[in-house]
Amino acid sequence: MAQKEFAGQMIEVNEEGYFTKPEQWNQEVAGAVAREEGLELTEKHFAVLDYLRKRHFAGEALTIRSVGKSGVVDVKDFYALFPGAPLKKATKIAGIPKPTGCI
Amino acid sequence: MFILYLKHSIISNMKNVVILGAGTAGTLMANKLRKKLPAKTWNITVVDQERAHYYQPGFLFVPFGIYSEQDVIKPKDNFFPKGVNVIYAKIDRIIPEENKVTLENSEKILDYDFLIIATGTRIAPEETQGLLGDLWRKEIFDFYTIEGAVALAKYLETWKGGKMVVNITELPYKCPVAPLEFIFLADAYFKKKGMRDKVEISLVTPLPGVFTKPIATKMLSKVVEEKNIKVIPDYNISEVDNVNKKIIDYAGTEVEFDVLVTIPTNKGDDMIERSGLGDDLNFVPTDKFSLQAVGHPNIFVIGDAANLPTSKAGSVAHFAAEVVLENLMCAIEGKPLDAKFDGHANCYIVTSDKTGTLIDFNYDTEPLPGLYPYPVVGPFKLLTDNRMNYFGKLFFKWMYWNLLLPGRSLPVTDHMSMKGKRYPKHHVN
Repeated sequence: MAQKEFAGQMIEVNEEGYFTKPEQWNQEVAGAVAREEGLELTEKHFAVLDYLRKRHFAGEALTIRSVGKSGVVDVKDFYALFPGAPLKKATKIAGIPKPTGCI
Repeated sequence: MFILYLKHSIISNMKNVVILGAGTAGTLMANKLRKKLPAKTWNITVVDQERAHYYQPGFLFVPFGIYSEQDVIKPKDNFFPKGVNVIYAKIDRIIPEENKVTLENSEKILDYDFLIIATGTRIAPEETQGLLGDLWRKEIFDFYTIEGAVALAKYLETWKGGKMVVNITELPYKCPVAPLEFIFLADAYFKKKGMRDKVEISLVTPLPGVFTKPIATKMLSKVVEEKNIKVIPDYNISEVDNVNKKIIDYAGTEVEFDVLVTIPTNKGDDMIERSGLGDDLNFVPTDKFSLQAVGHPNIFVIGDAANLPTSKAGSVAHFAAEVVLENLMCAIEGKPLDAKFDGHANCYIVTSDKTGTLIDFNYDTEPLPGLYPYPVVGPFKLLTDNRMNYFGKLFFKWMYWNLLLPGRSLPVTDHMSMKGKRYPKHHVN
């Protein structure tokens, strides 16, 4: 298990850079992870991150569909906030595991 | 009068298992349960709205003229055992608080002591904007319904070539390897017709690659590459432009097509939503080990209708059936539920019109190379492309009608076995 410094804190991460201890997360750390992804976080971003963390700790599986139906953000805006692969990016910045699509 | 009274009291003492859905899962449960439950004390009732049973793994072969509709259809009535009540009707809803099921256009109410939900999944093209537009079933096809598969077969007979785009809308979807098999069979079909050079085949998928699990992805990516098939990963379709014949995703990426083969959003039955028992895709939240509906100990869920973290596939329903049976018997006797499902799935994957491969996996173990079902003798080789595996797939149709649906034993274990399997060298978990 590797450690990586974000905003002056040592964070435990896996080989893909996802937090292995979601409790190490805070807003400053999130900002530093986001900058690595080329993003500056706004209030709208944080609303999504909070939602994702809440759902994660409630033990729910996260999908783009469920985020789109959350009322926090629709799918188009979710893409606009976290361009490219929104769920992968947003979960990384939210300090929670990468959602695994089951097949 | 006394006899009538006696008859009534006997009838009212009867207990009821109701099975909703008579596809693969429901039919084989009816067969297994009738053998186990004494007919004197237990009624078994099956409800389904359709009278035809389709061999769904065969749909894949229909667009390429390998099977016709006649090859994949039989009457459902052929597969129910004696002593099972069959009702052909549309289900209105389940009322779990009252242990009742209501039917559409019928006063009849079905009381149950135990309920088995086996209503499967359906394609929901209406979930994607433009998918049901002017080009639906003209230049946009699915192959998960017999109507779609037959229409596509007709279209391909005279198609002159161009861009064939195979698009997976979102996860989960039934038979996760079917889109790959489709592109492999398409490659073989156009080669045989001498027009492969006139066809560009693309797989456009929300997955990060051709498959999810690393070892199988590696093997399957190689096959895709050899066949010169383009893969566009991480693609989440938002709409279809019927005028300019292109699909557009949420990131704005456009992909043009001449023929679009879609794997639409999959949803559980609308009845699940009416009953208030589903998640946002109408799949029933289900305990992944006991197979009980969450919060409803006398309702079991089997097959595609469940929200289990494993494949939606007939093999999963088949392996889960033993667990449902055992746990239902425990529940009837008031004992703790012993059996635990492991998420076992097993799929033949055709890689051309002559060869195939095979994967076997569960909740925890990804598909691995090796021999199946027996170590040393096989005869099938896991994650290896060969002719024997292709015959296995074709032979399976016979097994399905004659062994699987009637609830007879198949020469495979219900729980996934590590016997005969091996991790490739240099593999780090």
